Amino acid sequence: MTTFRMSIIAGAMLVAGVAQAADVTTISGAGATFPYPIYSKWAEAYNKATGVKLNYQSIGSGGGVKQFTAKTVDFGASDDALKPDKLEELNATQFPAVMGAIVPVVNITGVAANQLKLDPATLVDIYMGKITKWNDPKIAALNPGVTLPEKLITVVRRSDGSGTTANYTNYLAKVSPEWKEKVGEGKAVNWPVGLGGKGNEGVASYVKQIDGSIGYVEYAYAKQNKLATVQMKNSAGQFVTVSAASTAAAAASADWKGAKDFYLFLTDAPGAASWPIAAQTNILVYKEPENCAQTEAVLKFFDWSWKNGAKMAEELEYVPLPKELVALIEESLKENVKCEGVAAALK
Amino acid sequence: MSSTRASTLDDANNASPINRSKLSFALGDVAFKYSALFFALVVLAIVVGIFVMLVVQSMPAWQAFGAGFITGDVWDPVREQYGAWPSLIGTLVAAAIAMLIGLPVSFGIAIFISELAPEWLKRPIGTAVELLAAVPSIIYGMWGLFFFAPFFAAYIQPGLVAVLGPLPLFGTLFQMPSLGGSSGVSVMTAGIVLAIMTIPFMASVMRDVFQIVPESLKESAYAVGATQWEVVWNVVLPYTKTGVMGGVMLGLGRAVGETMAVTFIIGNASKLGTSLLEPGSTIAAKLANEFNEADGLQMDSLVAMGLILFVITFIFLVLSKLMLMSLAASQEGMKT
Repeated sequence: MTTFRMSIIAGAMLVAGVAQAADVTTISGAGATFPYPIYSKWAEAYNKATGVKLNYQSIGSGGGVKQFTAKTVDFGASDDALKPDKLEELNATQFPAVMGAIVPVVNITGVAANQLKLDPATLVDIYMGKITKWNDPKIAALNPGVTLPEKLITVVRRSDGSGTTANYTNYLAKVSPEWKEKVGEGKAVNWPVGLGGKGNEGVASYVKQIDGSIGYVEYAYAKQNKLATVQMKNSAGQFVTVSAASTAAAAASADWKGAKDFYLFLTDAPGAASWPIAAQTNILVYKEPENCAQTEAVLKFFDWSWKNGAKMAEELEYVPLPKELVALIEESLKENVKCEGVAAALK
Repeated sequence: MSSTRASTLDDANNASPINRSKLSFALGDVAFKYSALFFALVVLAIVVGIFVMLVVQSMPAWQAFGAGFITGDVWDPVREQYGAWPSLIGTLVAAAIAMLIGLPVSFGIAIFISELAPEWLKRPIGTAVELLAAVPSIIYGMWGLFFFAPFFAAYIQPGLVAVLGPLPLFGTLFQMPSLGGSSGVSVMTAGIVLAIMTIPFMASVMRDVFQIVPESLKESAYAVGATQWEVVWNVVLPYTKTGVMGGVMLGLGRAVGETMAVTFIIGNASKLGTSLLEPGSTIAAKLANEFNEADGLQMDSLVAMGLILFVITFIFLVLSKLMLMSLAASQEGMKT
C-alpha cells in the first residue's frame, strides 16, 4: 500500500518534472550593465526562434552576484570575473559570454581620434597625477608631429563601483607595480586624482565637455559619443587602435585553457595585434541547480546566442567569443553543471 | 454669530429626539481619533525603525573604525579603509551655499507674491514656483551638467576668482581649482543648483503662511505709519515664524539629502579641496554611486554614512525648534 502510494507520488513528480522541463518559458538573470544591450538583442532573436523569453535586470555586477547568491535568478552576470574560491563558496561556475574593449578617450583641441599615442607608463602617470599637462615631455616623446597644448589634464574616472573600473585598474596594476602598491585594483578604488562620472555615460559627458580631459569608457560608448580614442602601446611594444579585430586578437591570445573557471583578465594580453585593455563579461550558473530545467534553458540560450548571435554582437561593438573558446566553455559546462548527478547537456 | 450656531444645534437636537445622530457622531469621533493615532504611530515606528536598522547594519563599520570613521578622510575600497569626513563636509558646505542663496531669494519671492505683486501677477508667479517644485531632480542634474556648469566655468568662475580670490583667508575658498579647471564641476555649482532646487519649496511654503496673516493686523500697522518693509519685518514675519521655519527645514532637508542632481555636478572627488570651486562629494552622492556594487565593510560604511546623514537632519530639526523657542521667549519679553 505504502509503496504503491509512493510510486504514484513519484510518478506524479516525474510527470511534473517533465512538464516543467518542457514548460520553461522565461529565464531570468541579473547583473552587469555593460552587456545589457547585446543580451536584450539576443533575447529578442531567441524569443522569435524558440518562444523562450529572457528577463534580464541590468542592475550592476555586484547586484547580479547578490541576486544570484540569494537564488532569485537563474543566472548572474558580472563584468568582474569571480575568483575560483568565491565560486566554490557559491557552488557555482562561471563562463565568459561576450567581450568588449575599454578605451581611454581624450578631449584635446586639435587632436583627432586615434591621433594621440600613449604607453602604459604614461597612462599610469596621468592617472597618478604625476603628469599634469598635455605638453609634458613624456607625452610629447610618444607623439612627434602632434601639437599638444600647454593645458592642464583633467582626469575623469568612474565614481560608481563598476566592472569597467575593475578591468581598467587591473590593467594599470598589471603594467605598473607602483599603481598596484599605492592604488590597487577593484570595482572602486581610491583614485589619486580626478573627477568622478557616474556610469559610462557620466564619464563620456565629462570628457565631451571638458577641454583637456582624459577618461576611460567602454568602446561602444566612445563610438556612440564620437569621443577621440587613444592608441595604446601593447605588451608587444606595438601601438594599436581599439577595434573589434584588436580585441578579438587579445581574446585569442589569452590562456583560457589554464584559467580555472575562466578566471582571467584579458588586460595586457600578448600578441602584436592585441588591444591591451580588453575584457570579457561573465555568466554565473549553479553547479547543482535546484531547478535544473531553468539552468538548462540558460545554457541553451547562450549556446544559441554564440552560434547565431555573433553578427548582432559585432553590430553593437561587442566582440563575439572565438570558436575555440566556445568549445572550451561547453566542455567545462558539461563537466561542471550537474542535474541530479547527470551533466546538464547542451543538446 | 455664536447665537445662530447655537440655535441650529438646538434645531438638530429637536429633530432627532432619540439622539441617534449624537451616538454616531461619537462613534465617528472615536474611530477618527484612533485611526489618526494609528497613522501617527506608523510614522513614528518607521522613523525609529530606520534609525535602528541604520545603527544595527552600520555596526561593523563603527567597530572597525570607531569615531575615527567620522573624521577619517580616506575612502579606499581596495584596502578597506573608510572615512566619512570629505563627504560629510561636502554635504554641509553644499547645503550651506544652497541656503545662503536660496533663503533670501525664496523670502523675496514669497513677500513679492503675498504683499507686493499686483493681483493679476500673483497667480502666474505662484504657479511657476509650484511647477519648479515638480521638476524631477535628474532634470536639474542634467541641466546643471550640460548647461549650467560650463556656463559657470566660462562666465562666473573667472569673476569670482578675480574678485574674491585675492582676499585674505576668505580668498582660499575662491582659488582656481587645479583639477577640472574649465569644467565648472564643483561644490559651488552643486550648491547653486541645490539653491535653485530648494527655492520652490521654501518660496511656496513661505507664500502660503504669509497669506494667512490677518489683513487687520497689517492694516493696523500701516495705519500707524509703518513702511512696507516694517510691516513685513515686524508683523508678517513674527506672526508666521513657525511656518517659515518649516519651509526652511523642508528646503534644507532637500539640500542635504539631494542625490541625483548633486552626483551629476559635484564631481565626486574623494578628497577634500580647500577651494569651493574644486570638485567634492556629498554623503547622498556617495551612497548613490557606490551602493549598487558594495558589499562587506564597504556596505557597512555606506550605511554608517546614512546614519550620519540621519543624525545631521535630526540635529537641524532640534536646532530649528530651539531657535523657535528662543524667538518665542524673546517676544514674550518684548510684550511685557
